[in-house]
Amino acid sequence: MLVLCVGKMALEITQYLLSAQSPEAKVRNDAETILGQFRDQNLPGFLLSLSVELSNEGKPTESRRLAGIVLKNSLDAKEATRKDQLVQQWVAIDISFKSQIKNSLLTTLGTFVAEASHTAAQVVAKIASIEIPRKEWPELVGLLLANMTQSDRPALLKQATLETLGYICEEISNEDLMQDEVNAVLTAVVQGMNITEQNPEVRLAATRALYNALNFARTNFENEMERNYIMKVVCDAALAKETEIRQAAFECLVSIASTYYEVLEPYMQRIFELTSNAVKGDEEAVALQAVEFWSSICDEELEIQDYEAPESGDSSALHSHFIQKALPTLVPLLLETLLKQDEDQDQNDGIWNLAMSGGTCLGLVANTVGDDIVPLAMPFIQTNISKTDWRSREAATYAFGSILEGPSIEKLSPMVNSGLDFLLNAMNDENSHVKDTTAWTLCRIFELLHSPATGFSVVTPANLQRILGVLLESMKDAPHVAEKVCGAIYFLAQGYEDAGPSTSLFTPYIPNILNSLIVTADRTDGSDSKLRSTSYETLNEVVRCSNLSETAQIIADLLPVIMSKLDQTLKLQVVSSDDREKQGDLQALLCGVLQVIIQKLSSEDKTKHVILHVADQLMLLFLRVFDCRSSTVHEESMLAIGALAYATGPEFGKYMPEFYKYLEMGLQNFAEYEVCAISVGVVGDICRALDDKILPYCDKIMELLLKDLSSGELHRSVKPAIFSAFGDIALAIGEQFEKYINYALPMMQSASEVCAQIDNSDEEMMDYGNQLRRSIFEAYSGLLQGFKNSKAQLMLPHAPHLLQFLELVAKDRPRDETVSKAAVAVLGDLADALGSNIKIMFKDCSNCTELLGECLQSDDEQLKETAAWTQGMIGRAFSVSG
Amino acid sequence: MAPPDLRRPFKRASISDQQRRRDLSLQRQSQNRLHAQHQSRLAHTILSLTADQPVTESEPEFELEIEPEHEEQTPRDVQEAVKLRGPEARRWFAKQLMLPEWMIDVPERLNTDWYLLILTFHYISCFRYVFARPSGKRCFVVSSNGTTVSRLRNGSMLHRFPSALPNGARTKSSSRSGQSYCILDCIFHELDQTYYVIDLLSWAGMSLYECAAEFRFFWLNSKLVETGACNDPSTYHRYRFSTVLVYNCDHDGLKAAYTGSVPYVKDGLLFYNKYATRWFQALHAHYQPGNTPLVLVWKDENCSQYVVDTDGKGQVPDQQQVVLELLDDGRLATSDDPPVIFGCLNKDFIQQVR
Repeated sequence: MLVLCVGKMALEITQYLLSAQSPEAKVRNDAETILGQFRDQNLPGFLLSLSVELSNEGKPTESRRLAGIVLKNSLDAKEATRKDQLVQQWVAIDISFKSQIKNSLLTTLGTFVAEASHTAAQVVAKIASIEIPRKEWPELVGLLLANMTQSDRPALLKQATLETLGYICEEISNEDLMQDEVNAVLTAVVQGMNITEQNPEVRLAATRALYNALNFARTNFENEMERNYIMKVVCDAALAKETEIRQAAFECLVSIASTYYEVLEPYMQRIFELTSNAVKGDEEAVALQAVEFWSSICDEELEIQDYEAPESGDSSALHSHFIQKALPTLVPLLLETLLKQDEDQDQNDGIWNLAMSGGTCLGLVANTVGDDIVPLAMPFIQTNISKTDWRSREAATYAFGSILEGPSIEKLSPMVNSGLDFLLNAMNDENSHVKDTTAWTLCRIFELLHSPATGFSVVTPANLQRILGVLLESMKDAPHVAEKVCGAIYFLAQGYEDAGPSTSLFTPYIPNILNSLIVTADRTDGSDSKLRSTSYETLNEVVRCSNLSETAQIIADLLPVIMSKLDQTLKLQVVSSDDREKQGDLQALLCGVLQVIIQKLSSEDKTKHVILHVADQLMLLFLRVFDCRSSTVHEESMLAIGALAYATGPEFGKYMPEFYKYLEMGLQNFAEYEVCAISVGVVGDICRALDDKILPYCDKIMELLLKDLSSGELHRSVKPAIFSAFGDIALAIGEQFEKYINYALPMMQSASEVCAQIDNSDEEMMDYGNQLRRSIFEAYSGLLQGFKNSKAQLMLPHAPHLLQFLELVAKDRPRDETVSKAAVAVLGDLADALGSNIKIMFKDCSNCTELLGECLQSDDEQLKETAAWTQGMIGRAFSVSG
Repeated sequence: MAPPDLRRPFKRASISDQQRRRDLSLQRQSQNRLHAQHQSRLAHTILSLTADQPVTESEPEFELEIEPEHEEQTPRDVQEAVKLRGPEARRWFAKQLMLPEWMIDVPERLNTDWYLLILTFHYISCFRYVFARPSGKRCFVVSSNGTTVSRLRNGSMLHRFPSALPNGARTKSSSRSGQSYCILDCIFHELDQTYYVIDLLSWAGMSLYECAAEFRFFWLNSKLVETGACNDPSTYHRYRFSTVLVYNCDHDGLKAAYTGSVPYVKDGLLFYNKYATRWFQALHAHYQPGNTPLVLVWKDENCSQYVVDTDGKGQVPDQQQVVLELLDDGRLATSDDPPVIFGCLNKDFIQQVR
């Protein structure tokens, strides 16, 4: 009965798979609906019939191809929760169905229809990614290898098998295969790559498979003989007749450079010859990979240098100084690539060519070796910078800009000082590529060699006027040039942040700069909105870095200009979704500017009134920006409102009735988790602004925050902020937090247990763990302080858990300083709130005692003071009898 | 060909600070949170210090009352405080003067409580400075607006006089600026009519509340002589000021402070915690003795004449008279400066007495 049913479906499915690709929408939709029904009614049968369709040589290629794709999409999805769901579905399917499906897929690998075998290879890898870690498909590797070792198998099958092996290696982790399996896979792959392999398609597939298998080959790379053999095969493939094989082989070399840097020494001579020849004469796709090899070596050496303890120069057993050794030949090689520009490379953001990758590599080399690059690059720069051919001038300028990071200021400053005037003149070059690269170089100069705060800058009172004159004039140049000019102003302004009296040198130019930036933002000749956003971002930086005591009036004058621009966006005619997007982007930029202005002016009491004066209008604008969208909340507007709440304080209460629904919307935005995170942050701002006046909104806010916390859908990075918000709310509403305690505390407790399980070897996870620890402590602090006056006893039953958590964190070494601070503070809050009740509990807290002692000795004054306060609180708790 | 993601930013770095704005927002929020929690800690602590005020926690006005209370304690308002006159000034300075000086009663506690043992160990290791405390009236000396005022522990005025302190007299050179004022923690030593400066809270408008003891002593020693305040009295400088010799709190320093000769009558030793800022001392002002010794006092017969009473002729009378004070919590203290707690009466007894 079952077989019959499947058979029937198999018959019908071809027609639906074909219809689903029909140009007619109705036919297409109907077919998709029916396929969906099949899937929902009988998933195992549906998947089986798809695999049968894919394997059936009698079916049309189109239906076979789509069957494969639908099958693949039934096993994997980009989105993590959906993917989990699909995996669970597959695992639950009856084993007899699964083995039939897998068999048909393996058969399909041998088909003559390339599209079908290619898709089958991907599907096999998807199933392998589910089943190999679970040890549910142990025979797979053996079956695939049999395809390779048995001499009678056709080349097409070998090719598809190699492809499959490559995909599998891409999908699974190297712990999922046994070493003997790895050995067998590598043997098969390397054999396929060998120069003796007659079929170029097989050789290509093998080379690509090796690229994915390299991660599995650590043990093999440790063995000199095996390593020699693999390296020989790869280097031979880099000389293959076929471009694609050469490219794939160089890709392998790039990957080897970063994975097996430490064993490369014996092969470097050969690799240098190969890459050098490729850069000089091979096709661009291959040459790019050859340059990339050297960029990867730089990455490795920079990383080693980063970790190297400066005092022990010989600790660098790992450091082979490949770049240093290759320098005299590598630098000229890279400089030559700079002359191979494309005509339209500045207008088109998607272009990546030899000149650009060569310049990028040159920059990395400069970072790696420092001063030594300067004498090697300068002759090229000096020879070419004044030539009549624009390519020479541009290449020289690009080289100059590329080597500005890495060498010392002492080495660079003479050439930059003498070259600056030349560069300023070159902003009038007849060629726009030259102007583009010159503006970028100025940008780098101001970023790297302009730091009046620390006492060094190539900008002087004598040349500042000329610099700004040239920059403001060039802001009218072609959009791609203007954009880089904005960048130059951005870094120029940044250098003057907190730079004492030097800042005053810059102040007189600010009004003109702001005007030019606004005019530039309004330009309509840019191909995209990049110039506009760069202009506004630069304007933000100028405002942010300025000395408020000198620019208060300038910024106050800017405020109504930006407000009226935001007001104008509300009147834009919005017809298409494209219009809507453009309006939203512009509003984002303007809200960003307003946020920066609000934050700047409200940072000092003297200028705060400017914001308070227009707070109503600002809020109205932000609310109307929210109104432009129906389903989502405008992120930048939310950020600006947070800043406004901070500025207005309790006055913000009057906006709450209107604003509240958008806050709610933001807190529920799981998909755009950044928006959710910002909304959570704004909850804190509002708590501090309103204090207990936030009470009427708390039920719903807490409900949403708790929902956010328990959601598997919401990105984890938002969760620490939610705990901090608990603390903010508790601090604001005090004892009124009582009704939430039974919901919030279990969450805090389970999160503190999560902290203990976080993998500290992963740097990103470690950061996350620290954030989480800090935020849980902040939540406890808020609660303890909130309840302290009247209901401290509510926290008594939860104190042992908190202390346990504190003990655990206190034991951590090394410990993040911000975590220590929060831990020591909450320890004091606990003693402060619970008084003598803590005496007995503290008996077992030796780690906390040590933590306190450690913090009292800290170099951080703030930490020391907090620790002293905590010490006092504990002392007081102990002195009270009872 | 499209650029690989990793290499893209080199020449085409586009300036987009959205993430930075988020980060800056987060930073601001987290600073504000720290500040709010900090304020709350401070307010609560002050609250427990001002328990004698007739306020109950359920009254809504409560917060309004407490707010300015703790504001007054924070260094920000020192500038305001020097402008205060009359009862307000008395009240403010009375609070500031409630700075702790403690008897060390370590031994018993050491034995009774392991935890305090460890804490005490930390305390002791934290004490850096020691000096011989001059005998006399503990007071605050404030110079501002061309005059100098000294106030006793209860806030009442001791002297109003011209001094060589910045803005301490109406001389041509004084700036008269309201910004430029000094607050000194002094002991007025009757015998030589000298103000011995034992600490510095503000100097020429600069608050030293947040500075560690080390810096305050350094500043005091370098600035006080400079002004001529240590010179002999003159028309515009009625009383002499003097610094005290501060020793490092090691064996030698302790011995020097304990046995060394000084130009004044000794009244015990004062120990300063090396990280004790004035701000924290103020915060800890009302804790029970012995708990948070950021400043400690030690007295015995070798370094203080006030261990036992003497009569007007310097003879030790047959009977020692002690005035005792019954504190609200039932503890019994001497009315010495500082008070010595030596017992605790039980509640029944207090009820009976009352």
